[in-house]
Amino acid sequence: MAVRGSAVALAGFLVLALVVGMAAGPADLSMEAWLGAIRGDPGPAATILWRVRLPRVVTGALTGGMLAVSGVVFQALLRNPLAEPYLLGVSSGAAVGAVSALALGLSASAYFALPLAALLGALAAIVVVFEVARVGGRLDTRVLLLAGVVVSAFLSACVLLILTFVRAETLRSAFFWTLGSLSGASWGMIWAMLAYSIPALALVFGLSRHLNALTLGEETAAYLGTDTEWVKRVAFLLASLLAAAAVSVAGVIGFVGLVVPHAVRLSGVRDHRALTPMSFLAGGCALVLADAVARTAAAPMEIPIGVVTAFLGVPLFLVLLRRTIRS
Amino acid sequence: MICDLEGVSFRYRGRPHNALQEVNLAVMEGTHVALVGPNGAGKSTLLRILTGVLPPDVGTAIVLGRPAQDWKRRDMARQVAVVSQAGGVDVRISVRELVSMGRHPYVSPWSALGPGDHAKVDACLGAVDLVGLADRDVGELSGGELQRARLARALAQEPRLLLLDEPTAHLDLGHESRFMELVRQYTIQQSLTVVAVTHHLNVAAQYADRMVLLSSGRVLKQGPPGDVLSPSLLEAAFEWPVDVVDLGDLGRHAIPGRGAPGGAES
Repeated sequence: MAVRGSAVALAGFLVLALVVGMAAGPADLSMEAWLGAIRGDPGPAATILWRVRLPRVVTGALTGGMLAVSGVVFQALLRNPLAEPYLLGVSSGAAVGAVSALALGLSASAYFALPLAALLGALAAIVVVFEVARVGGRLDTRVLLLAGVVVSAFLSACVLLILTFVRAETLRSAFFWTLGSLSGASWGMIWAMLAYSIPALALVFGLSRHLNALTLGEETAAYLGTDTEWVKRVAFLLASLLAAAAVSVAGVIGFVGLVVPHAVRLSGVRDHRALTPMSFLAGGCALVLADAVARTAAAPMEIPIGVVTAFLGVPLFLVLLRRTIRS
Repeated sequence: MICDLEGVSFRYRGRPHNALQEVNLAVMEGTHVALVGPNGAGKSTLLRILTGVLPPDVGTAIVLGRPAQDWKRRDMARQVAVVSQAGGVDVRISVRELVSMGRHPYVSPWSALGPGDHAKVDACLGAVDLVGLADRDVGELSGGELQRARLARALAQEPRLLLLDEPTAHLDLGHESRFMELVRQYTIQQSLTVVAVTHHLNVAAQYADRMVLLSSGRVLKQGPPGDVLSPSLLEAAFEWPVDVVDLGDLGRHAIPGRGAPGGAES
């Protein structure tokens, strides 16, 4: 099957991206150093590769994949290709949740608790955005996007305010929380992310047929056997959880949830049973490569990764916006 | 009995009047029942009561032995299928993917469609004569083809009850007849029960075993088409003079008169 073939190709591409990501960085490692590290020789090269770069690229792959799948789910639920966690204010809400928890004394190494605090923030943000955008029982797309962006701006301000007043050692910089970064990645973080993302992704995959049905409209979906209210609630929760877990380890990174599912759909994939796993893989590739660019383009300085994703995402967003409003 | 409505009243939130007022309706297995009446008479509301998406405020709506709103959606989708009004689709999927969605209530969440499901989808595509267009994007279909694709999707659900909400509203005479003949075939061969909302009185009279004439949420008359197509009843419902002519084997036909009742309005 064509879809299975392209999924395998994407997985191969992700492995390649991980290798490229591991090769990129301030320390210039020779081929010998690489081979030594792979053979298991202890030394600075091994430390850099296994303790710094590998966790970083794996975190990038997971974060990118989770953000992309979160975008897929929001787009299906809202029947709108512009929906994604960053533009809906979900990511900023998650950042406020995580920063508040850290400011209140939660340790940054509390990897398993941080995504839950972020989830609370994410859910609070989405409730506000939806209440504003609900006009006569329907969600108005334009109001939704506007409300999302404005609420997002407000929540970013909240993050900056908290960072100004609270000087907790566990808190990372304003750059990290508002534009994202994969520095600070560690294996502990990765296990926590896996613990949240594997069940969430499996459940999203199980909802695929319901998401397919929902693209035909809620009433039609109900006639095809979908309990729409239940599916919507569960799917919103899962999409918010995926975004919140991503934000709690990598800060707010925009547009991955927009660009990646769009690119996968352009290749002809519409069925969520294929769209979800392929977006996960493609999102992983995209963020690992974006991080490699962020680290090398202005070396030895590191560009915030959110800047890289915005440079790719905003032009596409504008094109899609024109198209949506015209239709 | 497939449907049994007793004293069903329903009001949409924020509206001053009931959309349905003490409606009684019995639908027997293997029959085709047409719901007719003017705009806003409550035809589509009645259909949505039967689907369980709207629970009646008063009265009971029993569908296949259970109150309609108590059915789990998945269980109901194996018994009841709906084809709604013609109109475009804004999703880009193939005809086969659209029809495959009819198997949705039969497949478990994590597994793919099985060979039996694919065979059923093929059979339904064949029944509506869309095999040649199966891999086409649904957006490229004509109105008539799209409605046939939706009918195929509904048939893939293997329903005992098929609900049609103005399925041929925008179709020309040829496409409409083709659609209705397909439905008739299933009624006769597989004793599929059909409840259809329509504005086309004569098409309803031609295909339905019984007609239900609704006006302002009430049942004005129900019975065989010959009983419902009466000039006085139709004029009362539509507020317009209607002649009825008997065409022998072709049954009765309603023909709207010219000029308003009494000729007072221009």
